[in-house]
Amino acid sequence: MRIKSKWFVVLMVVLLSMALVVSGCGGDKKADDKTIKMGVIAPLTGDVKTFGESTVNAVKLALEQANYKAGDFTIELVQADDRNDATEAMNVATKLISQDRVNVLVGSVTSKTTIPVSKMANESKVVMLTGTATNEKVTVEDGKRKDYVFRACFIDPFQGKVGAKFALDNLKKKTAAVLYDQGNDYTIGLANNFKASFEAGGGQVTDFLAYSKDDVDFSAVLTNIAKKNPDVLYLPDYYQKVSLIGKQAREKGIKAVFIGGDGWDSPELDYKTMEGSYFTNHYSADDPSPQVKKFVDDYKAKYGKVPDALAALAYDATLLELNAIKTANSKDADAIKTAMQNTKDFQTVSGKITFDKDGNPIKAATLLQIKDGKQTFVATVTP
Amino acid sequence: MENLADQIINGLQLGLMYALIALGYTMVYGVVKLINFAHGDVFMVGAFVGYFGFTQWGMSVPLAVLTAMVVCSALGVIIERIAYRPLRYAPKIAALISALGVSLFLEFFSSLKFVFGPNYRVVQRPFEEVHWNVLGLNITNIQVIVFVTVLIMLALLQFLIYRTKVGMAMRTVSVDHNAARLMGVNVDNTISMTFAIGSAFAAAGGVLYAIAYPQIHPFMGIMPGLKAFTAAVLGGIGIIPGAVLGAIIMGQVETLTSAFLSSQLRDAIAFFILILVLLVRPTGILGRNEPDKV
Repeated sequence: MRIKSKWFVVLMVVLLSMALVVSGCGGDKKADDKTIKMGVIAPLTGDVKTFGESTVNAVKLALEQANYKAGDFTIELVQADDRNDATEAMNVATKLISQDRVNVLVGSVTSKTTIPVSKMANESKVVMLTGTATNEKVTVEDGKRKDYVFRACFIDPFQGKVGAKFALDNLKKKTAAVLYDQGNDYTIGLANNFKASFEAGGGQVTDFLAYSKDDVDFSAVLTNIAKKNPDVLYLPDYYQKVSLIGKQAREKGIKAVFIGGDGWDSPELDYKTMEGSYFTNHYSADDPSPQVKKFVDDYKAKYGKVPDALAALAYDATLLELNAIKTANSKDADAIKTAMQNTKDFQTVSGKITFDKDGNPIKAATLLQIKDGKQTFVATVTP
Repeated sequence: MENLADQIINGLQLGLMYALIALGYTMVYGVVKLINFAHGDVFMVGAFVGYFGFTQWGMSVPLAVLTAMVVCSALGVIIERIAYRPLRYAPKIAALISALGVSLFLEFFSSLKFVFGPNYRVVQRPFEEVHWNVLGLNITNIQVIVFVTVLIMLALLQFLIYRTKVGMAMRTVSVDHNAARLMGVNVDNTISMTFAIGSAFAAAGGVLYAIAYPQIHPFMGIMPGLKAFTAAVLGGIGIIPGAVLGAIIMGQVETLTSAFLSSQLRDAIAFFILILVLLVRPTGILGRNEPDKV
C-alpha cells in the first residue's frame, strides 16, 4: 500500500509537470501580426447551460458571416466555459488573457460571472463586451467607469422606465400598484424606476409593496390592492414568482393589466394566468424588422431552432466587437476601445446602438404581450 | 381597517394550512418527544404526489388526496424505521440531527432530474376557482374546501385518539414508553402508527396547499414546515388543539401584519409574538405548566 501511494505521487508529479509544459507551449505560440484573438466566456455546463450554448452559437454565426475577418485582420476564436461560477470565470479569464493573450473578449452571460471578469479585463486593457449582463456594476463599480468594458443590453433600471412609459402612453393607464422582492437588486431596481417614471409621467402609484423570496401567500397585500382597483399591477420578478402572484391577484378580483420585465421570458411562465399581460424584453423573434428576420432565418438554418434573446444579444455583441476592430483597423487595445466608445447608431438585431458614457447602449426595448398562450411582439419603445 | 373581515378570512386560510402540518409535528412530539424536521418535506412529497395524481394520472381530487396520504404514510413509517428507531435510546441530539439529515435528503433527492426535478412547476388546478360574495365578503371555493377538510381531519383525529384502541395506545406511549410496554402495548407499532397518521395529514395539507398556492418545487416544505412548527410550539407542543390554535394565530398575525402594517414585517412580527408568548408561558398557550419528568 505504501509503495503504491508513493508511485501514485510520482505519477501525479510527472503528469502535472507535463501539463505545465504543454500549456506553457500554448502561451509561447506567437500570433502573427494580422490575427486578432477573440475570447468568448460563456457557461457551457451547469445550471444555465442553454444560455451559454445560445451565446456560443450566435458568436460563431456572426463570425462565420463576417468570414472571420474584420478590416485587415483575421479573427481567431478562443472559447472558455465558466460554468456560471464566479471563481471559475476568473480562472478562465486569467487563462484567456495571460496565456492565450486574447485581444478582445465577448462575455460572460450572467452578471455574477461578468462583474469579476470585467474588473480583470479592464486592468489588463482587453476590450470586453458582454451581451447579457444587465447589472450596473459590470461597467461602473464604486462610481468608477471601467473604460474597456461595454455591454450590448440595456441595464436593469431602464426596463422600469420603459414599462412605466408604455403603461402611460400606449395603454393610457393612470394608476398602478407595484409588488417587488425586497431581497433582489434586480426587482428593486425595476420597481423603483417604474414608480419614479410612472409618477413623473403623471400617473399615480397606489401601492408600493415588498415581499420576501420565500412568500407564497400574497392574499393580504392583494386584498388591499384589489380595494384600490389600480389600472396596472407591475410585477418585476422572475417567472415563477410572477405566475404565483398573478394567479392570486386574479382570485382577489384584481382586473389590472400585469406588466413585468425580462425575468418573465421563460417557457415555464404560467401563460394561462398571464394572458393579456405585457413585459419588456431585449428582442423578439416575431419582430417584423428586416434585421431580426434575417438573423432568425440564418440562425434557424444553421442550428435548427429559433434564437432566444441571449443568442440575439451575443450576436450583437460580436457584431459590435467586429465593427470596433474594423473602425480602429488596429490591434491596439486603446484604439479598439475608442472606436467602440464612439459607435454611433450601429444597426444590430436588437436595435440601433450608441454607447453612453458608461458603456451602456442607448437603444429601444421590445414590448411583448402574452396572447393566446404565446409571446407576441407589440412594439419597440425608445427611452 | 376597511377590509378587516376579508383579511381575517385570508388569515384563516393560511392558518388552517399551517394547522394541517402542525398536527403532525405535535403528534410525533407528543408520542416520541422528537421534533421531526423531515415533516415539512413529507408535506412536499404529498403535494407532488397529489399533483401527479390529478394532472398526470387522471385521478379525481379526493382520490389524489387519498393516494398522497397513503404514499406519505408509508414514507413516514419508512423514515421512522430507518432514521429514528435505531436512535430511540440514543441521546436526543442524535435523533434531531438524523431528522435534519432526512429533511435535507428528501429535499435534494427530490431535486434530482429523475425524481421530481429542481424546477418550479405550475399546478393547473383540477377545478375552476369560484368566488362567492357572502354579506360583502369575498369567499372562494378553495377557502371553503380548506376549511371543511381541516374540520374533518380534526374530528377524525379527535375520534382516533380518544375513541380507538390505537389512540389509547398512543396516549399511553406518550406518557411513558416503558410503562406502556409493561402494560402490553406494542410501542414500536404505536410509534409507526403515529408517524403514518401525522404524515398522512401532512400529505393532505400538501395537496391542498398546491391547489391554493398553485406552484410546487422540492424546497416548498421548508418555510411552511418552519411556520407550522412554530405554530405547534406556540399552541403548546404535544397538544392537538394547541397546534390548531397556534396555527390560526400565526396565520392571522402574518396576514394582518402585512395587510395593515407592512408586508416586510410579517415574519418579524410573527416570530416576535412567538418569543413573547414563550417568555410568559414557556409551554405554549395551552401547555400545562409542569416540570419535565427526570
